[in-house]
Amino acid sequence: MTTGTETTPVIPLPRPAATALTGLGALLTAASAAMSWTWTSDFPGDLTYYGSPAGLQWLAVAAGVLTLVLLLATHGTPGLRWAAPARSNNAVLYAATGGLAVAVYAVTAIAVELGGLANLDPGGWVLAAGGLLGVLGALGLPLDRRTAVPLRILDKRLFLLVPAAPLGWFGAHAIPGDQPVAPVMTALSGALAIATGAVLLLQLGHLANSGLRLGKIDRPLPAPRELPSWAEVLLIVLAFGLGLFAITFGIDTEYGELFIGYLLLVGPAVAAIATSGLLGRLRALTVKYRPVTTGAAFAAAASFPFTQGSDQYTSVATNILIFATVALGLNIVVGLAGLLDLGYVAFLGVGAYAAALVSGSPASPIHVQFPFWAAMLTGAAASMVFGVLIGAPTLRLRGDYLAIVTLGFGEIFRITMQSLNGTTGPNVTNGSNGIPRIPDLEILGFDLGKTHTVGGIELGRFSNYYLLMLLVTAVVVLVFARVGNSRIGRAWVAIREDETAAEAMGINGFRLKLLAFALGACLAGLAGTVQAHVSYTVTPDQYTFADALPPNSAFLLAAVILGGMGTISGPLAGATLLFLIPKKLEFLADYQLLAFGAVLIILMRVRPEGLIPNRRRQLEFHEAEIPSQPTGDDTTALTKAGA
Amino acid sequence: MTTAASPLLDVTGVTMRFGGLTAVNNVSLTVGEGEIIGLIGPNGAGKTTFFNCLTGLYVPTEGSVRYRGTVLPPKPHLVTQAGIARTFQNIRLFSNMTVLENVLVGRHSRTKEGIFTAILRGPRYHRAEAESREKAMELLAFTGLAEKADHLARNLPYGEQRKLEIARALASDPGLLLLDEPTAGMNPQETRAAEELVFAIRDRGVSVLVIEHDMRFIFNLCDRTAVLVQGEKIVEGDRETVQNDDRVITAYLGAPLESAPLEGTTPAVTESDQ
Repeated sequence: MTTGTETTPVIPLPRPAATALTGLGALLTAASAAMSWTWTSDFPGDLTYYGSPAGLQWLAVAAGVLTLVLLLATHGTPGLRWAAPARSNNAVLYAATGGLAVAVYAVTAIAVELGGLANLDPGGWVLAAGGLLGVLGALGLPLDRRTAVPLRILDKRLFLLVPAAPLGWFGAHAIPGDQPVAPVMTALSGALAIATGAVLLLQLGHLANSGLRLGKIDRPLPAPRELPSWAEVLLIVLAFGLGLFAITFGIDTEYGELFIGYLLLVGPAVAAIATSGLLGRLRALTVKYRPVTTGAAFAAAASFPFTQGSDQYTSVATNILIFATVALGLNIVVGLAGLLDLGYVAFLGVGAYAAALVSGSPASPIHVQFPFWAAMLTGAAASMVFGVLIGAPTLRLRGDYLAIVTLGFGEIFRITMQSLNGTTGPNVTNGSNGIPRIPDLEILGFDLGKTHTVGGIELGRFSNYYLLMLLVTAVVVLVFARVGNSRIGRAWVAIREDETAAEAMGINGFRLKLLAFALGACLAGLAGTVQAHVSYTVTPDQYTFADALPPNSAFLLAAVILGGMGTISGPLAGATLLFLIPKKLEFLADYQLLAFGAVLIILMRVRPEGLIPNRRRQLEFHEAEIPSQPTGDDTTALTKAGA
Repeated sequence: MTTAASPLLDVTGVTMRFGGLTAVNNVSLTVGEGEIIGLIGPNGAGKTTFFNCLTGLYVPTEGSVRYRGTVLPPKPHLVTQAGIARTFQNIRLFSNMTVLENVLVGRHSRTKEGIFTAILRGPRYHRAEAESREKAMELLAFTGLAEKADHLARNLPYGEQRKLEIARALASDPGLLLLDEPTAGMNPQETRAAEELVFAIRDRGVSVLVIEHDMRFIFNLCDRTAVLVQGEKIVEGDRETVQNDDRVITAYLGAPLESAPLEGTTPAVTESDQ
């Protein structure tokens, strides 16, 4: 199933012309940022100034510079060769695509929001031209391509939707608005339109795939230049600093338009950097200096509050950390042990409720105030007990049955918390009012609720909690990494792969599954104790199965699957995205969930194995694309029938 | 032929019924130390059901299975713990784990490191882990897979997947290895190699009970062979005894003339030791 590869341009252009065109496009894209894109400051970010880029314009600068650097590096410009060790023009194309995406989006957004292309200033036109020229030029460069990609046509019946959509629109408008069926018809025509769009987009994707035939050629990378070890360590630190900057930029985007532009650029840019071979180089370095890498990652995360002027985004970051930590806990259960848990948020809830009850809140029926460490242990222990109690009867089930039962238990937790209100049960949790006024934590005389000044930088309440939560995350990461790569972790993966075979290897399936459940619950409970204090209040409604905003069970599972099952960085990245996307898309109002769903579908279509896949999962989904390994001398016919 | 005073595996009168269907009927079998015993029979004779009774997947309706004098517990992982390892008829590797990891999972029942040891990573953990790895690599070298330790199990060719399954089973230091059709789907050369491997396993001091369809393989290999037909053991003995037995020929080829194929044979035989 391995198709051949070749290095040819898509558009036949003379090589120098293509290079010049790409360079010109990149330069124009970057330069447009110094010009005014639109005449009015009505567009968010105020893009009206000459000589002072803002908002979306910075993205154009980034795209232009990245394209230019990769172009020069691929052509072997002395001093820049380090930027593209793989020497693949595909990287240039991806970077140029990022520029075009930003350009198209910016121009469209300006035209739609301000009403027409007339609102574009020269800068906008330069940007559009730059983006277009860059991609056209890059398509003229010799690209790595597969020789044959069969054209896939979707099921012909799906195309019946295309005429159905306008018919539905007419139908919806033919019915007067006061008819009772009118809203139904409107919804129906809307759904038809979306489905039609999806079919057309998908077919377009297939057409582009078979037309462009972009592929990957594994060239032997030139040996990296020998650097003194301090320089290599410095490179790692630098890379993490850049990573922190990129993520901070995403979190700090003040308006939705900028965030969408950011996402549109980040996708192709990451692809470009990966294709250029830079990411591979960096990975080799991080493997070489593992402790330094871990330290740098931790330091980069810890320095986030110091880059912020106010608490506005540290609160977002704190919530991202809580969400990500719980997702990592779920990854033990789902990613390692393969147990589909649809009620996982309940464990976060148990931890939060336990911490709230012993927090000294005046609303808590137990009038005690545990010191922080004791509260944390209480929360984690309560969660673990709950995990064992739920797991013991349910883990005898497999697959879908387990998923349904955990879903049920998740809801049982929420409803129980609602019912323990004094009327329908003993008063423990105040029912749906929850436990409010949870006091701020005080650790060794350090009040996390107050603003402190460290080194001239003010750290507000959320910054304090962010740093505390970061410690919890570090603990969870440590536990995941060490347990995952041990006898226990191997047994979990074995159970996930084939439970019958695992038991035949002497693994007590039930006990180990219970252990995974308990450990996962315990880690979620740990995060819950912090969450209770961060959010002042715990209510049952925070712990539902599905909701528009994380954390809830559905989002947690999505974060794990989207990020990559069985890895550490996967769920962290997935959780960050899943938290930011709905948050930043709030300006879309009614269409928020629709857009969110579309983003999820696109992500899963492009990377079914998750953003940062486990090596194993990557092989699972892309086996056909990976050249089959030489299998020694006795490559016998593989009659792998069940026999 | 049975030489040991107390046999390694002693199966007495095992019967397995599923509702009204008797899949295995009153089968007795012994395996001594260092023996290779074959189990053959036509499709549906109850060989795999019998195997599952030995490995704790099924609890026999009647009869008992003793290993080194003690009755086997009815749980697969406890059976492995006791010292009986098995392979599967249709290969059941952990296909998304590496070759080495597969064998390490096989070590599970012979190691004890728990979750806290794994988190704290003390010297004991490192010692145990290194020991497991060493043992696993030794087994991979034994089966000739050492160079592929880092490959994914799913990427191995078919014959090597079979070998890996055996290496994985051997990792639990068994006294008895149960092989369920180890040469299914193999070509003659691979079958020959499998034969060598089974002999080598016996030389390691592990007794082997093997189910097979390949007669040549079985007769080359086994000290004794038992024949299972319609859930009953009709004959047991060495190559000549089994090959010349009329009931075996009838069961495999059908009765010579007028009588219906199996009707005449089964009721006649209840106790079939030679």
